[in-house]
Amino acid sequence: MIDKRVNTAHEAVADVFDGATIMIGGFGEAGSPIELLHALIDQGASDLTIVSNNTGSGEVGLAALIKAGRVSKAVCSYPRTANSTVFTELYRNGQIKLELVPQGTLAERIRCGGAGVPAFYTATAVGTPLAEGKELREFEGKQYVMERGLRADFTIIKARMADVHGNLLYNKTARNFGPIMATAAETTIVQVESVVEAGEIDPETIVTPGIFVDRVVQVAQPAHESELVAAGATYP
Amino acid sequence: MTSNDLKAGRSRDEMAARLAQDIPNGWYVNLGIGIPELVAKFVPEDKTLIYHTENGLIGMGPSPAAGQGDPELINAGKRQVTAMPGAAYFHHADSFVMIRGGHIDLCVLGALQVAQNGDLANWSTGQPDAIPAVGGAMDLVAGVKSIYVITQHTTKQGEPKLVESCTYPLTGLGVVNRIYTNLAVIDVTPGGFGVTELSPGVEFKDVQNQTGAPLSDIRESATAGKK
Repeated sequence: MIDKRVNTAHEAVADVFDGATIMIGGFGEAGSPIELLHALIDQGASDLTIVSNNTGSGEVGLAALIKAGRVSKAVCSYPRTANSTVFTELYRNGQIKLELVPQGTLAERIRCGGAGVPAFYTATAVGTPLAEGKELREFEGKQYVMERGLRADFTIIKARMADVHGNLLYNKTARNFGPIMATAAETTIVQVESVVEAGEIDPETIVTPGIFVDRVVQVAQPAHESELVAAGATYP
Repeated sequence: MTSNDLKAGRSRDEMAARLAQDIPNGWYVNLGIGIPELVAKFVPEDKTLIYHTENGLIGMGPSPAAGQGDPELINAGKRQVTAMPGAAYFHHADSFVMIRGGHIDLCVLGALQVAQNGDLANWSTGQPDAIPAVGGAMDLVAGVKSIYVITQHTTKQGEPKLVESCTYPLTGLGVVNRIYTNLAVIDVTPGGFGVTELSPGVEFKDVQNQTGAPLSDIRESATAGKK
């Protein structure tokens, strides 16, 4: 019998190692796996490379992981938020590296990483500073830049519901990077509000098939980042 | 007006309303943050546009009533929105398939600078202490079928935003089709900037005075083309 549940967020991230590359789901607060991120802060792994659209808000969740000094490099499309100075300060002090990637190129690099495609060509960023140093190639008279697929050691994401096989359903725009990041890591860890038995989710509606998921941890009432930030919360 | 009256012509709302008139019924549209977002308020009631937001929703509706929002139903500006009947959610790779694959009809964006060949700079001023952040802008301009820029004609300091060549880092090469400013509606043509319409009370020479590249007056051919 297959059962991918683990008991706690701490157990779910226990084997994350120093120097690991971790894909972290979420677009802004939507889909940010806050409880897994807090467990990762407690766990202590450092020198992490994160792959994430943003760099968090306030001093909770992803921003708290960065503030704790655990992240040495961010692969990111938009590392700015109105209400967080965590990334800004570390970046200006030279304490964190940034690989800036256009959002759609980031998504496709992750998709390709998960799909076993080592590289692809895109028109995005041709002629801009973000294409500098990269191979250009012409197809049908138009210039494209080569971008590499991305893989990670771990993916941590949030979904709404899982079954014990790891089949996932998401909530609205919190889906964002979850389905592609789930495919692109050696170990994919998901926090969900509820876990049901196999067969209880209609196979026609499953968004992420369980083959892409290794561990499921139930967090029945996940925190909302904006509410934590509004309340002035910090972690730890 | 005088040639240095920076607030002449249309207001932000009037610019958005003017642009909204030109979007055909049924188009799939992505609106950038800022003045572009205002466009949705002014779409005539006899038209239905379908709004795409690159974080994973097509069929986006307006902001929810107070207390009715979901922190996991947001737009690319990270503000809470609603989903209209017929909406769909999707992951990021599919969202940029819609963008990069040419499935979105129109993207409306702001600009720092537009060059006479259609080059756009709108993501970075290149200042050394700025935190670089690009989001989906480069994907949108590379892939969406039509790119309209909506912007004040000059900076707050009166410097032209429409220029011979951009000095800020580029977002895309030769990507802008049309520009709506407080002073005029301007097409990017093979021959450079062509004024198709002046805002009420604005004269051609005033627009030229506030533009950093030569303008051609194509108002007559633009009008003829609409008949």
